[in-house]
Amino acid sequence: MTPSEIHQRLREKFGDQILGFEGEVVEPTIKVAAPAIAKVCLFLRDDPDLKMDSLMCLSGVDDPSGDLVVAYHVYSMAHRHRIALKVFVPRENPAVPTVEHVWKIANWHEREAYDMMGIVFEGHSDLRRILCPDDWEGHPLRKDYKVQEYYRGMKVEV
Amino acid sequence: MAQVEIVDTADVKTQEMVLNMGPQHPSTHGVLRLEIGTDGEIVRWVRPHIGYLHRCFEKHAENLTYPQVIPFTDRMDYMASMNNNLGYVLGVERLMDIQVPERVEYIRVIVCELNRIASHLISFGTYGLDIGAFTPFLFAFRERERIFDMFEMTCGARMLYNYIWVGGVSHDLPDGFIEAATAFVDDFEKSIDEYNGILSGNKIFIERTANVGILPADMAINYNVTGPNLRGSGVKWDLRRDEPYSIYDRFEFDIPVGRGEMGTVGDCWDRYMVRIWEMEQSRRIVKQALQQIPKGNVHAAIPKQVRPPKGECYFRTETPKGELGVYVISDGTTKAYRVKVKSPCFVALSVLPELCKGAMIADVVAIIGSIDIVLGEVDR
Amino acid sequence: MQALAQYLIQTFGLPVPLSVLSPLLGFMGGVVVLTAIAVQAMYLIWLERKVAAHMQDRLGPMLVGGWHGWAQSLADGIKLLLKEDIVPAAADRPLFLLAPLVVFVGSFAAFVCLPFGDRVIISDLNVGIFYIIAVTSFVVIGIIMAGWGSNNKWALFGAMRSAAQIVSYEIPVGLSLLAAVMAAGSLSMQEIVAAQDGGIHRWFAFRNPFLFVAFVIYFLASLSEVNRTPFDIPEAESELVAGYHTEYSGMRFSFFFLAEYANMFAVAAIAATLFLGGWQAPWGGGAPIFGVIWVIAKAHFLVFVQMWLRWTLPRLRVDQLMYIGWKVLTPFAFACIVGTGAWMLVFKQG
Repeated sequence: MTPSEIHQRLREKFGDQILGFEGEVVEPTIKVAAPAIAKVCLFLRDDPDLKMDSLMCLSGVDDPSGDLVVAYHVYSMAHRHRIALKVFVPRENPAVPTVEHVWKIANWHEREAYDMMGIVFEGHSDLRRILCPDDWEGHPLRKDYKVQEYYRGMKVEV
Repeated sequence: MAQVEIVDTADVKTQEMVLNMGPQHPSTHGVLRLEIGTDGEIVRWVRPHIGYLHRCFEKHAENLTYPQVIPFTDRMDYMASMNNNLGYVLGVERLMDIQVPERVEYIRVIVCELNRIASHLISFGTYGLDIGAFTPFLFAFRERERIFDMFEMTCGARMLYNYIWVGGVSHDLPDGFIEAATAFVDDFEKSIDEYNGILSGNKIFIERTANVGILPADMAINYNVTGPNLRGSGVKWDLRRDEPYSIYDRFEFDIPVGRGEMGTVGDCWDRYMVRIWEMEQSRRIVKQALQQIPKGNVHAAIPKQVRPPKGECYFRTETPKGELGVYVISDGTTKAYRVKVKSPCFVALSVLPELCKGAMIADVVAIIGSIDIVLGEVDR
Repeated sequence: MQALAQYLIQTFGLPVPLSVLSPLLGFMGGVVVLTAIAVQAMYLIWLERKVAAHMQDRLGPMLVGGWHGWAQSLADGIKLLLKEDIVPAAADRPLFLLAPLVVFVGSFAAFVCLPFGDRVIISDLNVGIFYIIAVTSFVVIGIIMAGWGSNNKWALFGAMRSAAQIVSYEIPVGLSLLAAVMAAGSLSMQEIVAAQDGGIHRWFAFRNPFLFVAFVIYFLASLSEVNRTPFDIPEAESELVAGYHTEYSGMRFSFFFLAEYANMFAVAAIAATLFLGGWQAPWGGGAPIFGVIWVIAKAHFLVFVQMWLRWTLPRLRVDQLMYIGWKVLTPFAFACIVGTGAWMLVFKQG
C-alpha cells in the first residue's frame, strides 16, 4: 500500500483523529491526535491489509513550534510498506498513551523518550530513566535544556 | 522440656538472591549492569541497567555540522565503525539527493563488508571466551589484524575510521589494497573451516548453547529484533536483500538463517552459526566487489558544504549487529536539528529478560554472548 | 627415612640417637621436597604459558631472563610477594586468612607418598594411595573457607560449585584407583609400582582393557579435582570473575596458584604411578636416578595433556558436569572394577 492509501484507510477508521498527512516528502508522515495513538497503532498492527508488525523507531523530538513530538516509524514485514506517524503534545503537559502493549520494544524506546525529552507515556509499566542516572535533573535533548551544575556533589563539566 | 516448633515446609521460602552482574564484568561485553534475581542457580528475572557509556551522541549531532558528526558515529558500534558511518551518511545523502560515483559505492561496500567480517570475528572470539574456550579468540584476532592492516593502509586508522563522508569517502584505495584484500579473501575460507573445527562442532560448546535462550520468531519481530539475532530465529530478513541500499543488489550472496540443527530454532547456537555463515557471505561479496570495482574520482560528489534542504528522513542499513536506523531532521542549516539513532543492540538487549527466564547463571553468559551487544551502541 | 638414618649412623658412626636423626632427616627431607615442589609449580606455570601461547599462534614469555622468558615465574613470584596484602573490610578474617594455607597443605601433603624411584620416597605408607586420596580432599575445605570468608556473592558461588564438583568427582577417582589397587593387591605406592614390573605391557593401563578405561576415567575425574577446563567452573573467569579466589591478592593468591599447579602435578604423578608404571622404564626396571627421570617424564606428559585440554575445550555448565560425574563416570568406574576382577579371575594374573 502506498502512504496515501494507508492514510485513506486510517481516515476511514478514525475520522478526525487523523489530523494531517504529508505525502510529497522524503518520509511520508501522518499526524495523529495524541489520545488516539494507542488505538491507531493497535489497528495498524492487527488490520490484515496493513499488518504493521514492526516498530522501526520511536523518537522524541522537540519541535520548533514549541510542542513536543513523538515520531513513530512503523513497517510491515508482511506487506513491505511503511509509514511515519507523528503525535504533537503541548510542552506544559506532554502526555501520550503508551503503545508498549502493541509492540513490546516500545517499552524501552518510550523510556528513552521520557528520559531525553520528558514526554510522559500514560499507562507505561515502568517509566523511569534509561540512559541518564535515575536522579538526574532535566531532560537533556530539549532545546532549552540547561545542564545541572552539581550532581551528587560533583561539578558537572560542560 | 522445650517446645519444638513445627514448621510447615510450604512456608519455608528459599530466599531469592539478587546478584549484580556488572557494571564491570568480563562477560557483559562492556559496561552493563544486570540485576539478576536467582533461586540458587536458576534465574527468575533479569533487569538490565544501561547508560554507563552514554556519551550524548544525539546532542552532539545537533551542535556540530554534518561532516563533524561522522567521527562520533564511529564510536557508537566501535566494532563496525564503517557501517555506522555508512548508515548516517546515506541518511544525509538521501535528504540532499546526492548521487555518488560508482567507485565510491564499490569502496563503501568493500570496507563495510570487511568490517562486518571483523565484527563477527570479535563476536565469535569473545563468545568462545565466555563459554570457556580461550583459543578461538586469538585465532579470530589473527584475521582481524589483516583487516586492520588494510584499513590502516587506506585511511590511517585501525578501528575508528571517519572514512565514509557525505558524497564520497575520505581517501581513495591505495596501491596494494586490492592485492591485499584479494589475498585475504582467498585465505579466509580456510579460516572459517578452522573456526568450525575448533568451536562450532565441539560437543561441549553445543551442549552449552543449543536449546538455550530460545527466541521465537514472532517475539523477535514484535521486539523489532533484527540482524543475525532475527535470522537465527529462522526469519529470512536482510535489508541488503529486502530493502537494498547502495549497490547491494548487484552482488550474489545468500541469507543464512538458523534451522535448529543442533537444538531448537532460535537458540544461541543458531544465532552464533548465522554469524559464522554470514562471514562467508561477506567474503563472497568482497570478492565480487574487488573484481568489479571501476576507476573514478572518489571526491567528485563531495559537496563544499553539507546543507540538506528542510525535511526529515529515516534511513536504515544492515550493520553486523542488525538494523541501524538513523532519523535525521534537517532545518536547512549546516547543523542537523535532530538526529535519532535506533541502535540494533539497544533493541536486542531489551529482549534479554525474556530470553533469560528459567535459565541458569552460566546460561545468562551464553545468552548475552549470543545476542552480540556492544555497549557503545546501546548507550550511544 | 628410618632406613636412611640407620644407614648413616652405621656408616659414619654418628653419635646421634636414631630417634633424633630419623625425624630430623624427615624434616629436612620435607623442606627439600617443599622447595622442589614450589620450584616445580613455578616451572609448570611457565610451561603452561608457553604451551598456551604456541597453541594460540603466539609466543608467550620471551624476554624475562633471556631464553624464552624462563625467569617469568620467578619475576611474578617476587612481584606477588611485594604486593599489598588486601583483606576486604567485611571479610571473615580467620577464615579468609586460613583458606589459602588449607588449600596449600592439601595439595602438598600428597607428595609425601609419591614414589620417585626405588626407595626414593619420603614415606612409604602401607596405605599410600588411600592416604593421598584422603588428604587431597582437604582442598575442598579450603575452597569453601575462601568463598565464604570473602564475603562476596560471586566467590561464594564459585566455592559452592567447587565443593559440589570435587566431592562428586571423588567417587570416580576412588573407584578407578580401586581397580588399579585390585590389580596390585596393595595400597602401598611402592608395591603398586613393583607390581607393574617387567615392561610396558605390564603397566596397568595396558594390561587389560578395563584398567585402560579406569585410567581414562581417573584422568578425567582428576581434571575435575584440580578445577581445570573443561571442569573449571569454580574459577570460570568469564562468569565469576575469578570464582573463589576473587578477593585474594599478593602472596595469598600465589598460595592458591601454586597449590593448583602442585595439585596438577600430583594427580599426574599419581596417574603415572598407578597406571603407567611409575618410575619403571618401558623395558622394565630402573636405576635410582633414571627412575626419577622416568616418573617425572610420565607425569609431565600427562600435565601437557591437561594443558592441551584446557586451551582447546570450552567449559561445561555445572549441571552437565554433575551429570557426567554421577551418571557417566561413576557407572563406568564400577564396571571397570567388576571387569578387572573378572579378568584377574579368568587370567589368573591381573
